Amino acid sequence: MADSFEFPVDRTQVMLFARSLLDINPVYWDPNAPETKALGGIIVPPTFVQSSAHWQPDYPLDLTRPRQGPPPPHRGDNGGGGLGRGLHAEQHYEYHHPIHVGDTLTVTSRPGERWEKEGRRGGKLLFSESITEYRNQDGVLCVTARSIGVQTERAVDQ
Amino acid sequence: MAFKVGDKHEAVVIENVVRTHIVKYAGASGDFNPLHHDDTAAKGLAGYPSVFAHGMLSMGLTGRMVTDWLGKGNLKKYGVRFTKQVWPGDTLTAKGEVTNVADAGNGKQLVTVKLVTVNQAGESVVEGEAVAEV
Repeated sequence: MADSFEFPVDRTQVMLFARSLLDINPVYWDPNAPETKALGGIIVPPTFVQSSAHWQPDYPLDLTRPRQGPPPPHRGDNGGGGLGRGLHAEQHYEYHHPIHVGDTLTVTSRPGERWEKEGRRGGKLLFSESITEYRNQDGVLCVTARSIGVQTERAVDQ
Repeated sequence: MAFKVGDKHEAVVIENVVRTHIVKYAGASGDFNPLHHDDTAAKGLAGYPSVFAHGMLSMGLTGRMVTDWLGKGNLKKYGVRFTKQVWPGDTLTAKGEVTNVADAGNGKQLVTVKLVTVNQAGESVVEGEAVAEV
């Protein structure tokens, strides 16, 4: 991943994200609702920071994104899953400060630990962790995300 | 509303997953991994029977139950493990149980809930925990 990139929190994006989770609560789209005003403006669903992928320059899971230059390599080891055998194993968030529409977040990621395990369903499993911090325009840490991806040797038996 | 250990809540968070649900989440999140929208790729590239939902869709839907129950904008932590894939046709029920209540020190409660989301066969697809200041 790039060292860091900017992620503007846009009202339409928040509405679309909430809608994709079948959540029509006004705190995610209506600035005039009393419950929104009580929260100081439109807030974001707990997993909303995932949509920073749209702004990540080298995001690997969007093969048809128009780009200048060659597409990023398939790493398949990011916490978002990866193409082919990659799956998302775990996702953890810590919430430090509210995110509101209009914020501009700076997103910074670093790799965490890597480990191996013999799996019951998919042969040898290779786990890798990545830690991402989302800071707002005032430099305040809003969310820390820890994502664990797993690569399997064969498709997971169902 | 005061929470106490043992309090439970559950909700059907999605009925009959269709590909349109999955595609809508792909568009909103930006995760265009073909495994989640391209049956040909899911079968050919990876040997799956069809596309399946993003784990993060299940986590997001489970999070909706949590924020409907514990309130919007007050989560401190939320984490899950993805235990099984979610396929077109599935119906998911998210269940929570309060496992700890502490004094947040500001007149509020720090409420910890254990979470499990199950499919129509009762198999867990997501297991996790959340902490909210209520």
